[in-house]
Amino acid sequence: MDVLLLSRLQFAMTCFFHFLFVPLTLGLSFLVAIFETAYVRTGNDDWRKATKFFGKLFLINFAVGVVTGIPLEFQFGTNWANYSKYVGDIFGSLLAVEATVTFFLESTFIAVWFFGWKRLSKGLHLTSIWIVAIASNMSAFWIIAANAWMQHPVGYVIRNGRAELDNFRQVVTQKFAIVEFLHTAGGAWILGGFFVMGISAWHLARGSHVEVFRRTFRVAAIWSLAMCVFEISQGHLSAEILSTAQPAKLAAMESHWETSESVPMNLVAWPDEKGERNAVEALPIPGALSFLAHYDFKASVKGLKDIPRDERPPVLPVFLSFRAMVGLGIMLFLVSVWAFWKRRQAVEQKLLLRLLPWLIPVPYLVNLLGWTVAEVGRQPWIVYGVMRTEHGVSKIAASQVWGSLAMFFVIYSLLGAVDFYLLLKFARKGPLPETHSASKA
Amino acid sequence: MLETIWFAIWGVAWAVYFMLDGFDLGLGALVPFVAKTETDKRIAVNAMGPFWDGNEVWLVTAGGVTFAAFPTAYAVMFSALYTPFMLLLLALILRGVAFEFRGKVDSPAWRSVWDASLAIGSSLAALLLGVAFANLFAGIPVDGEGVFHGNLFTFLHPYALAGGLFFVAAFLHHGLLWLAVKSDGELRERARVFAAKAWFGALVMAVVFLAWSAVRTDLWTNLLGRPVFLALPVLAVAGLVASTFFSRQGRVWAAWGASSLFIAASAGFGIAGMFPNIVASSLSPSFSVTAFNAASSPLTLKIMLGVALSILPLVVAYQIWVYVRFGHVVDEDVLADEPGY
Repeated sequence: MDVLLLSRLQFAMTCFFHFLFVPLTLGLSFLVAIFETAYVRTGNDDWRKATKFFGKLFLINFAVGVVTGIPLEFQFGTNWANYSKYVGDIFGSLLAVEATVTFFLESTFIAVWFFGWKRLSKGLHLTSIWIVAIASNMSAFWIIAANAWMQHPVGYVIRNGRAELDNFRQVVTQKFAIVEFLHTAGGAWILGGFFVMGISAWHLARGSHVEVFRRTFRVAAIWSLAMCVFEISQGHLSAEILSTAQPAKLAAMESHWETSESVPMNLVAWPDEKGERNAVEALPIPGALSFLAHYDFKASVKGLKDIPRDERPPVLPVFLSFRAMVGLGIMLFLVSVWAFWKRRQAVEQKLLLRLLPWLIPVPYLVNLLGWTVAEVGRQPWIVYGVMRTEHGVSKIAASQVWGSLAMFFVIYSLLGAVDFYLLLKFARKGPLPETHSASKA
Repeated sequence: MLETIWFAIWGVAWAVYFMLDGFDLGLGALVPFVAKTETDKRIAVNAMGPFWDGNEVWLVTAGGVTFAAFPTAYAVMFSALYTPFMLLLLALILRGVAFEFRGKVDSPAWRSVWDASLAIGSSLAALLLGVAFANLFAGIPVDGEGVFHGNLFTFLHPYALAGGLFFVAAFLHHGLLWLAVKSDGELRERARVFAAKAWFGALVMAVVFLAWSAVRTDLWTNLLGRPVFLALPVLAVAGLVASTFFSRQGRVWAAWGASSLFIAASAGFGIAGMFPNIVASSLSPSFSVTAFNAASSPLTLKIMLGVALSILPLVVAYQIWVYVRFGHVVDEDVLADEPGY
């Protein structure tokens, strides 16, 4: 394998691994902040237990999130030197803003929160978890703005042999960035909700700490439904924006070959990339793709055949990931309706309580599928329409990349296993009975 | 002008990173040696607890500043130093998770695995940072396209190893003083005794490295052209001398502060001596990547300057607040009573 393929593999692997931890940080930080707010307002000790219990899981997750984030920043320089040289003027600034404005806040105040239970007033302690929640999510915004610029570059001019900033405001306020952020954050918030529901359900099914988990279940059920509704209601914006910004990706998502009007959405299909058609096509919903892209059942949608072969993304992974994301997303929505409906009598819902813990991995998968659509669908471009991926890679020895790829594979497998084991262990253990000994565990 | 300002910010970001993460890298490397009992180990780990993560963000920021202000330098420096930086990442991962993981399973074997992970990761990170910067001081074989011609061993020449050992010695000393700040009784005494030994190591390595730099690099020649910056090596020496003076008097905070000055001024000396080079080419001076030929556009530099000048003072303010608020001594009562690692 050459440096290009190895570097792509390494970035994909380290990015996916990192994104196993990020969405829980984004979602759970808000839920822990809500639990602590309830504690500060009511003084009810069950809320304090809930805060500490989910706070501990938050920290176990956060530790791996932090250490796996830095390799991503480094890789732009190590593996994608030509990309960095070409777009650093814009892309580098967004990463730098993320570090100074938000990452400092979240990393400093998570420690203040964890170590400060006895050293800060209740109000200040509560403030610090809200700072963590808001800063983490703002962090995500800057990173997404940087990614959105790769997906849909705006506010730049090509000058001095590189892309230079022309309009900063346009870069950070472009619709693509806002839509992508809302969709990514929504997915993370859903994941946080299902995480809390799943663990609460596990304990409720066993009758352990019912007073604590009854409460967290109720909050998480309301949260999850609200976030699912939010995600579905703006999800179509992501498809709509692609029709103009990245028609090739949209066409690949639907395996849509011929530019035509009144394009249906086929519930069952299988792309045949060589033959430039679908090998199987059945159960069309008339005009659905046209409507999704343009709010008009009759509108014309560009097909893959009108995009040069060497500018098309790999169709099958994009198509399948999109299908799976939408299908599983709808399932999560239905479950969240069910949970919301029965949130007050959760203790009696044996089937629901047994099901929810098993669903915890699903939103993780959905998040990664979404990223697969976004990133594989962007190919063959590293910056859409501006720079091809193969032109962004560093001129380095492949043996070095083999080495680092192997290193990441081994260390991430170990980290993943340890972190999963610890999360499981502390999730099962439940809140500690006494007030003081949180330190011991 | 903008390029020069950004070079200064770049230098300050690295100097602050070394000064802050320096103590938790140094103490992390020594936890298994300076702390004998599990209680002492927990005191040492919790002495760094509220700070290490915020300190490490200065690395992300220093990297971010390089990327945003000098994209070409970012590309050349990181791709040339590929393997050292990948090993640095490994080291930072190993030590970072050790804080969170070590106390999570009640088993001595488990804890000793993570103590080893903390010590190896911390010392390796200190060594690699020193090796990397000594190479930047001395210059590396990059061509006119910014492509590196060499391999890992190209970086491991004696001067670079001296740089690595200098960082390790300075950080160990810095970390021991921090342990003296955050502990009391017998542990504090031991930390001070260890610190006195580490001080000699730091002194020897500082002399060796500064003298060798005069022969091997252009740092001193460059500084002589801008004599005001000669204050930096003077401050470094003053900080080093003052730290042992204060430590002997038992004024541990002052000793740690003086050690911070030593590290920041040493880094400042090296970086000011590089100016305007960021990645000096050992093949030909015309291939060197400088603050001028690697800079971002004036618009980006201006916008980022606005961000840096408005946000970084706030960051410094709330981080100082954290150091004051969590500057207390960690003892058995604190361990029993308060949340911690």
